[in-house]
Amino acid sequence: MARLFALTIIVIAIASAAPVVMHTWVAPADISTHGHLIDEQMSETMIEAGLSFLAAQIILAIFIWKFSSFHRDGEIRTFPGGAKGLVIAAIALVGAEVLALGVFGVKAWADVYLTPPSADAMPIQVQAGQFAFYFRYPGRDGKFGPLHPELINEATQNLFGLDPEHDPDSRDDIVTAEMAVPVNKEVHLLMHAKDVGHSFFVRELRVQQDFVPGLDVSLHFTATKVGKYEIVCTQLCGLGHYNMKAYLDVLSEHDFNDWLKKEAAMQ
Amino acid sequence: MASTVHEPPQVDPHRLPGHGRSGNGGGENLVPEDGDRGVALNYSPPPSSTAIWVVLFSITMTFAAFTSALIVRKGSSLDWRSFKLPSILFFNTLLLLASSVALEVSRRRIAAFMGNMKSQVESPARWLYMTLFLGLLFVAGQYVAWSQLSGQGLYLATNPSSSFFYVLTATHALHVLGGLAGLGYVIRKLSKSSLRRSTLDATARYWHFMDALWLYLLLLLSMKL
Amino acid sequence: MHDTSAHAAQHHAPTSFIRKYVFSLDHKVIGKQYYALALLAALVGMTLSWLMRLHLGWTNLAIPGLHFLSKNGAPANVMTPEFYLQLMTMHGTIMVFFVLTTAPFAAFGNFFLPIQVGAEDMPFPRFNMMSFWVTFLAFIVLMLSFLLGDGPTLGGWTQYAPLNAMGAVAGPGQGLGVVLWATSIALFCIGQLLGSLNFITTTLDLRVKGMSLMRLPLSAWAWFITSCMGLTAFSVLMPACILVILDHVAGTSFFVASGLVINDQLLPHSGGSTLLWQHLFWFFGHPEVYIAIVPGIGIVSHILMANMRKPMLSQRVIIYCMGALAVLSYMVYGHHMFVSGMNPVSALAFSFPTLVITIPATITVLIWVFSLYGSRLRINSASLFALGFISMFVSGGISGFFLAQPSIDIMLHATYFVVGHFHMVMGVAAMFGIFAGTYFWFPKMTGRMMNETLGRVHFWLSFVGTYCVFMPFHYLGMAGNVRRYSSFPEDYLQPLIPVHRLITIAALLTGAAQLIFVYNLIQSRFRGQSAPDNPWQATSLEWSTATPPPFDNFGGKHPVVYHDPYQYGVKSSVGDYVMQASPEQVKTEHEEK
Repeated sequence: MARLFALTIIVIAIASAAPVVMHTWVAPADISTHGHLIDEQMSETMIEAGLSFLAAQIILAIFIWKFSSFHRDGEIRTFPGGAKGLVIAAIALVGAEVLALGVFGVKAWADVYLTPPSADAMPIQVQAGQFAFYFRYPGRDGKFGPLHPELINEATQNLFGLDPEHDPDSRDDIVTAEMAVPVNKEVHLLMHAKDVGHSFFVRELRVQQDFVPGLDVSLHFTATKVGKYEIVCTQLCGLGHYNMKAYLDVLSEHDFNDWLKKEAAMQ
Repeated sequence: MASTVHEPPQVDPHRLPGHGRSGNGGGENLVPEDGDRGVALNYSPPPSSTAIWVVLFSITMTFAAFTSALIVRKGSSLDWRSFKLPSILFFNTLLLLASSVALEVSRRRIAAFMGNMKSQVESPARWLYMTLFLGLLFVAGQYVAWSQLSGQGLYLATNPSSSFFYVLTATHALHVLGGLAGLGYVIRKLSKSSLRRSTLDATARYWHFMDALWLYLLLLLSMKL
Repeated sequence: MHDTSAHAAQHHAPTSFIRKYVFSLDHKVIGKQYYALALLAALVGMTLSWLMRLHLGWTNLAIPGLHFLSKNGAPANVMTPEFYLQLMTMHGTIMVFFVLTTAPFAAFGNFFLPIQVGAEDMPFPRFNMMSFWVTFLAFIVLMLSFLLGDGPTLGGWTQYAPLNAMGAVAGPGQGLGVVLWATSIALFCIGQLLGSLNFITTTLDLRVKGMSLMRLPLSAWAWFITSCMGLTAFSVLMPACILVILDHVAGTSFFVASGLVINDQLLPHSGGSTLLWQHLFWFFGHPEVYIAIVPGIGIVSHILMANMRKPMLSQRVIIYCMGALAVLSYMVYGHHMFVSGMNPVSALAFSFPTLVITIPATITVLIWVFSLYGSRLRINSASLFALGFISMFVSGGISGFFLAQPSIDIMLHATYFVVGHFHMVMGVAAMFGIFAGTYFWFPKMTGRMMNETLGRVHFWLSFVGTYCVFMPFHYLGMAGNVRRYSSFPEDYLQPLIPVHRLITIAALLTGAAQLIFVYNLIQSRFRGQSAPDNPWQATSLEWSTATPPPFDNFGGKHPVVYHDPYQYGVKSSVGDYVMQASPEQVKTEHEEK
């Protein structure tokens, strides 16, 4: 029974590691300028955690195998080195690992969150509401008109609560249901929620950020590969949470300008 | 506030086994070698003196949570409207402090009464009733403060500042009422001559803590509202 | 001067049925009541998870009888997305609060803590009784939300603001459902605070002669540390729940920001703080994880030593590690909020303690594993589950490495990776702790042995089954599968649906295996072999008294403790162990310096 148990632990440990080693289910290729740092951090952690995982499970299995059936009447023995050695080893090894991961992790995190967007980053506003994302481009004047939540009306498609009659800045704002960005151009995403908490998650961009009702949150990134990607909501927002998504179109500069013109014409 | 209570046993304290904590561990323990638990039952340290600190810690954490909520809520918004605290609160403060003094007086009297140090003619319960009365007056005074505020149109939901005022003062008042129940229990036990010293001490600590908590709340509210 | 008070814990055996079995003051009966509540809650929670898994695998599957559970959540027995979320919320709430907190802590702790310290009861039996009945009431209130209004809340067990405070406009169950949820949790907090009060005073004040703190069994230490954690955590969650209830019933604006619009209607709230709820909740929520797992650590250590026939390399280090976990658990809660709009610098401040918390966890695992070296390991249901606990604890804990780092959390936050992580470490590992405890202590609790064969079958199915269910969660998470989705219409999630189906099948089978356990429990309770006083040749005080223990635990005598708790592998007159209460002196005593 004990030997079977030991074998089972080893089989499970190896089977658990196999899909990771074989890259069966992995995140899609990174299309951002900052994502490689996250990916490197991820794979380093995976190696260290994976080895610790295998080592712990296998040692556990070996000891179960070895000490369950032998020495039925023999003397018990103590692991040489005792608790002190283990404690020192754990503090030294795990401490070093933690420190290394922590320090490198700071770099990856700081690159996303602690650097300001460059001055010429393209501002795009995103509004999350139950259960859709809407995007707003500032138009030719480069300015967003002010928001008036009390004017929000889905029937008349005033999704952001704009008042073009009184706010000249709002007149050329372009509101879309799909997000398009030019490739290799930094985007400064201005995020606000209409109702409850939501989140903006694009796997390929290595970006995830919550919308906080009552707070304006911002995010910046640069997409480096043309293509169509999915934006999904990852913060539970109500019954339609599972279906709250939009598309991110990364376009060439030329295509992007065409797209924007077309959208502007439809306003 | 233990479940069952016995007459204070008449045992010579010097006969206490393990008095100098000479046993092999069990620092707080008084059971003798022969395992006669009767002695231990009578002399184990009263859990109520530990328990009261546990209770006070829990209350402290609760009010710490409310305090941090207040600070975060005030910091995060533009809708905070300050208002002047009703001045009756300061009068109530005096009532509560006076009740603590009355409780201390009664504690001394009861100690003297129990220890038979001098013959007491008057019942020590009188000062306990005084404490009870002042405590009730405090709660009534808080009620007056609430009705004054609602008279000014400041209700629970009017503004976050008034919301916090009501929540904090009401939670405190509820805890004071709990203390009053404790005092009632003490008075009942005293009248049956089955009051344990530790029960009285625990109740007194709780009651004084209500003072300290109230002074803290008053400071917080007058600074933040 | 000298306190002349009487011992609080002395009361006489009740004779009426109600006093004996319903409103009992006896900690042993209360412990069993907690166990029964946890068992009931676990069965409900497991059934809900079955329904959820079926829906995740086959979205349009009609589940016969589903419409009985909800008025409009299951037209033609097919689950609606909102009903899925309601079931998910109830599953999480029931499991975290009413199973993982009550079973290892309140149930076993109530039964065994007083016996292990040598007391005849807890110091405040009435509070103890209230503790259970308030918790029971909390469960009833939570269950009521299935019947009242438009069903339970759909906001998840974390109940994030402002979804939790907006009222019925925000979705089904967000009105009355949330009020019932918050009321239930506030009541639960009161129940656990009363319990913690008793646990702490029992440990500090009611130890018998010779029972110094360092002679307490590790399980007693674990309950003590857990009650200290609970005291702090539940004291903070309760006010948070009160504020949510006020936002609903009194129209205050603690959590709802101004300018929010639902259905084109501007909500009347002004300026509330959304993140305030998250801070208050996670200040409770992270320690809660340790409230669920620390008793498991203690119970498993306790059981392992009896079955290894030798002490751990160091009991003291395990005690310190549990203490360190408890203290650190309050400094790390921000790691749940890395991408929540919290200040990004504070994310780093929360990341380091989160990584550091792996050190005491690692030390504990190393002590367990290397204590096996040179032991004479007995294999039985209890020790299998205890060893399985270690394996699960490692598997679930290791993924914490990823989630502790804010940069990686960008990819893994709110995905199935997180679901896999906490199900393994606080769900399955804690459950394994409960199972180990049950197989080990059942004889003492009921006077009868459990069926060993059924126990082993239960173990094998559970061990392999839970790995099959929860390991793939990690892979799904790495592929970006978002949690709390009732189905997966996203393009990139479509290819993952077959994995979900496999998980569903594994979950159904693993769940069914738990019915073997329930059968074994009931069958052994009435038909099991009668148990000797000390069936495992164990050393701690619960094994020195009769089976089942008499009303006052030790039959009128208080034991005296002569030894450290785990004197295994010595030569004594009874075998290879010396009981704590035995005055026999042995040569090779293991003494921790």
